[in-house]
Amino acid sequence: MRTGAGDLSVSAPSVAASTILPHVTIRGLTKRFGSAVIYNKFDLDIPRGKLISVFGPNGCGKSTLINMIAGLTPSDGGEVLFDGKPLHAIKFGYVFQNYREALFPWLRSIDNIEYPLKLMKLPKAERRARTERLIANLGVKIDLNRYPYELSGGQQQLVSIMRALVVEPEILFLDEPFSALDYEMTLFMREQLQRIFVETGTTTVLVSHDLEEAVYLADRILLLSRGPALIADYVSYDAVRPRTDATLSEIEFVKIKAHCLEVFQREVRKG
Amino acid sequence: MKRINLDSYLPMVGVIGLILLWYIAVWCRVVDPILLPSPTDTFAALYKGMTGGRLGFDFWRTVERTTMATLIAAIIAIPLGIVLGSSERLYRSVEFVIDFFRSTPASAMFPLFLVLFGVGDATKISVAAFGAALVILFNVAYGVMNARKTRLLAARVMGASRLRVLTDVMLLESLPATFVGLRNGVSLALVIIVVAEMFIGSTDGLGHRVFEAQQLFRMADMYAAIFSAGALGYGLNLLFLLVERKFVHWSGK
Repeated sequence: MRTGAGDLSVSAPSVAASTILPHVTIRGLTKRFGSAVIYNKFDLDIPRGKLISVFGPNGCGKSTLINMIAGLTPSDGGEVLFDGKPLHAIKFGYVFQNYREALFPWLRSIDNIEYPLKLMKLPKAERRARTERLIANLGVKIDLNRYPYELSGGQQQLVSIMRALVVEPEILFLDEPFSALDYEMTLFMREQLQRIFVETGTTTVLVSHDLEEAVYLADRILLLSRGPALIADYVSYDAVRPRTDATLSEIEFVKIKAHCLEVFQREVRKG
Repeated sequence: MKRINLDSYLPMVGVIGLILLWYIAVWCRVVDPILLPSPTDTFAALYKGMTGGRLGFDFWRTVERTTMATLIAAIIAIPLGIVLGSSERLYRSVEFVIDFFRSTPASAMFPLFLVLFGVGDATKISVAAFGAALVILFNVAYGVMNARKTRLLAARVMGASRLRVLTDVMLLESLPATFVGLRNGVSLALVIIVVAEMFIGSTDGLGHRVFEAQQLFRMADMYAAIFSAGALGYGLNLLFLLVERKFVHWSGK
């Protein structure tokens, strides 16, 4: 099912997860804003083909972390490698919180999705073919000939996610992608994201400000502390997918959520 | 259904009200009838002037000059505005000069331009182009500078080069502001052209028509010329609005 899970895990299924080479290695990452040290020699491994949620107190630098990994924000030191390669050597997708400002309103939704392929100088026919394939794989039923501003918020964010996925990225970053949506749409989009993850098996890093969402979607929850950010905990959650509403009341889910909340509260009090 | 139909006629209320008021003023002789001819006389003069009379010729002369001036202004100001706007530091360094001349009444430049270009169309058009260019330049530059940061970032993160970001994102982002500039620019150009036609050795144009009718005390002709100037200004504005709605369909959304 997980086509992009990588050869290592396939060829050595018996090896414990900890010995599998991580997808992303972050070493000595440092970031200052003025005199405030946000990250000081920060180390982190991101496992391949997993969905990682990043959760922590306000202002701890959740978004800054993925922005540095994705090259949107320059770091003041340290390195981030993807299978030993630098960022510019890999394909990645990034989904912004503000879909309204991230999509191009002068392009139809379908052309928005194809835009990164255009930047890759793929011929028109191939661009269309790849987009059609993605639409079919995800089972998207939106009229993509409409302009983004003619779609609902959730649909716009879905277009945004498709634009990130169309390049078949090795890693997908999402910065609080559903926080601008109403609750109903948020629930729907969580399912969409889970489906996309199960379909593609792309390594995914999700910044979330909603603990339930962070745990529900994640294989691992990265809990950050405040200033400078440290790994407060890096919790594994192995419930089978697809997870459903019933998952939310399972003992394991409740236990892990409670644990994360405890760590979170402790960090908030410290700050 | 019927309500919607009626609502679309609402703008006519003001027009009809004004004409009624005008008729009443004429009938009650509130103003000397020589100074205020009746609407009937005025519209007759307008019709006669526009269909084969001098007014029609003068109207098109003004359209020609205004179009020329706006075109020259746009050709100079749009590319320049994009260049200036794409570097905030560059814009800041010339901002004062632009704001200063944008605030200078263009009419104050007539004598200078007369010396430069002589008494003719070149002077009228260049003063109007000068005024309009600064307005367009200012709006285009701000449009480029105020391009949504997220959108630029989104393009960059997808691997767009600096040039691609400029052509694929900044240019399109600045279009709504560019149209604001064009609409303000064409309005200003019309004002300057009409004023120039009144005073600088002119023999034609709406400004000349208004001025001549007033000198000859042909009040109906004068009002007719004023109305046609008003219609021209309104029409130019409307034209740009329609073009904008067609090409910048995302504006304000």
